[in-house]
Amino acid sequence: MTDATITPVPSPPKTPLTEADPRTKKRNAAEKRFQYYGIAAIAVGLFFLIVLMVSIVRSGLPAFTQAVVSVDFTLTEEQYDEAEAQLFKTAAYQSYFNAVLREELRERGLDVDFDEAAIERILGKTGGTLREFFRANEDQLGQPVSFELSASSRVDGYFKGRVTREALQDSRFLQQSDLDLVDALADAGIVFSALNWNFITGADSGVDNPGGAGIGASVVGSFFMMLVVLFLSLPIGVAASIYLEEFAPQNKFTDLIEVNISNLAAVPSIVFGILGLAVFIQFMHLPQSAPLVGGLVLALMTLPTIIISTRASLKAVPPSIREAALGVGASKMQAVFHHVLPLAMPGILTGTIIGLAQALGETAPLLLIGMVGFVARGYPDGFVAGFTDPNSAMPAQIYTWAARADVSFYEKAWGGIIILLVFLLTMNAIAIILRRRFERRW
Amino acid sequence: MALIFNTVEFFNLYPASEFFTSLSWAPSFSGRGGSSELGLLPLLWGTLYISIVALIVAVPIGLFSAIYLSEYASSNVRSFAKPLLGILAGIPTIVYGLFALLTVGPLLVSVFGDGGWLGVSWQGGGRAVMTAGLVMGIMLIPFVSSLSDDIINAVPQSMRDGSYGLGATKSETIRQVVLPAALPGIAGAILLAASRAIGETMIVVLGAGAAARLSLNPFEAMTTVTAKIVSQLTGDSDFASPEALVAFALGMSLFVITLTLNVIALYIVRKYREQYD
Repeated sequence: MTDATITPVPSPPKTPLTEADPRTKKRNAAEKRFQYYGIAAIAVGLFFLIVLMVSIVRSGLPAFTQAVVSVDFTLTEEQYDEAEAQLFKTAAYQSYFNAVLREELRERGLDVDFDEAAIERILGKTGGTLREFFRANEDQLGQPVSFELSASSRVDGYFKGRVTREALQDSRFLQQSDLDLVDALADAGIVFSALNWNFITGADSGVDNPGGAGIGASVVGSFFMMLVVLFLSLPIGVAASIYLEEFAPQNKFTDLIEVNISNLAAVPSIVFGILGLAVFIQFMHLPQSAPLVGGLVLALMTLPTIIISTRASLKAVPPSIREAALGVGASKMQAVFHHVLPLAMPGILTGTIIGLAQALGETAPLLLIGMVGFVARGYPDGFVAGFTDPNSAMPAQIYTWAARADVSFYEKAWGGIIILLVFLLTMNAIAIILRRRFERRW
Repeated sequence: MALIFNTVEFFNLYPASEFFTSLSWAPSFSGRGGSSELGLLPLLWGTLYISIVALIVAVPIGLFSAIYLSEYASSNVRSFAKPLLGILAGIPTIVYGLFALLTVGPLLVSVFGDGGWLGVSWQGGGRAVMTAGLVMGIMLIPFVSSLSDDIINAVPQSMRDGSYGLGATKSETIRQVVLPAALPGIAGAILLAASRAIGETMIVVLGAGAAARLSLNPFEAMTTVTAKIVSQLTGDSDFASPEALVAFALGMSLFVITLTLNVIALYIVRKYREQYD
């Protein structure tokens, strides 16, 4: 027999219950850390959102203003006749204008002289604009007319801080001495920043004229496209969901369709673009670059969104409504169209607006069917032409500007984004209001 | 159907074996070239690389914010932060593309580029895998976060209660009970996000560059399947030339890849949901 001595296990030192032992402390620290990871993740996400918004607003707002030169200009009838009689008519107008500008500067006591070339660098060819105006409004002859002529894009950039004195190299576009003149004009209040209406209402300009580029024509293009999307995908989508939800038997076939719809919603948008190119343009020979084709492609993309949301809102209508309608002798169709559909309407509209907003921001498929920015050179002539004439859409126009080499177009692209986001925000706000207003909990 | 038609026509003009195995992408611009090399692999590599970078950004941020929002946040924070993150999902991709090209790209160059803050010259130009991947990651954050949020919420409360009853802290419960239970669903969500990343066009067209190369350097410009579809089909190209028809083959490959990913992901998510219903 051995004397088995039981060595007592040293019991952990008793600590008071109110004091946490090291292990608990460690676990609590881990808990805190974990929570901080979560907060950090959300903070990073929101930080990205803020950075995005700030950079959009900061870079986009300058696009809405434009440096203009404001001059009161009087053209007498003799001057008009004389200019029209000359060989270089616009040059004559230009020299009148320069004389007036010189006079104006002297009146204000500014002692800066300039040559004609400098004015041309700052303002572009003013003669053409003046001649056009007076030929159209001959009755304005002899009266003072106030002109607001937009300055060239480089002068505009100088006003907005994009072009700086240090970085500027003398070229045929702009010289250091021109900036002195611009400064003097600005002090006199002749050159100032004004709201650039042309950007909001105008059409795209050429590669060499960033100042004249506007987004208006492509807004119209987007509008016609949305019309096509709305009138195609809403009826088809609602009809399909009513059938699937209310009438279709539960079998393999409808199951397959359901799976397909949810897969369709996840197909990359560019694949829809290729499809549109192959089917609508190559096979059906619809006009290229037309909002009609763009609308058809986007309608295909919007359909799954509308079907999914319509089915969800049809499902949300309680069966008691249907049963009550059937109970008082309505046919199945009457029950659906008179009772279920009106109750599901707010949900359907909300889904439609959200689907349209998605379609409005879609770019890639439009590029493939030729709706690139530079085709948006003017407004369509009429309602039908709005569908078939080559036009662009807002996001495609933004892409075209972003892809151009001239840096001044970037500002336009950011500005276009602001306009696009304003449209999207409005649509989403309408959807939210609809939902708040009409949503019913059963 | 039309896709298949054009794809078949392309493979009549260009051998399929080369399309799938060739390591170089060098279309001739003359339009009628037998000299074009149209290999899918460099494009596919660019696509996958950018998607991986995007997922590395989006998955941790999205997952942690989903965990925080569904497990810790008070209803006030939740009703405030969730829609704000949702805004990120509602912004059109062209906006992200411009953001990549004009803000993130130059920023990355000023950090990693020549004479940058870090004193290294890894990045030559603004257009790079990193630029596109980072911005795409931002785009995917709300996508990952809202999907994982739903999935974490679907884990039954009884499992959490059981874990608390054994004395586990909240984070231990999440890490050892909730996440393992939600893992298949989260994997499905990540696959869905990956298929979004692979099919994304505008961000890579503007942010990733146009050079097709097989490289491991994330600061180099690479191109993707989607970007090449755009560049092959825009402009005045003849629809019958292999250079234009290759876009249909690319589109077909893209469609098949994303469809497979989606089907797998939906299958996983659905299976997972049934488990707890």
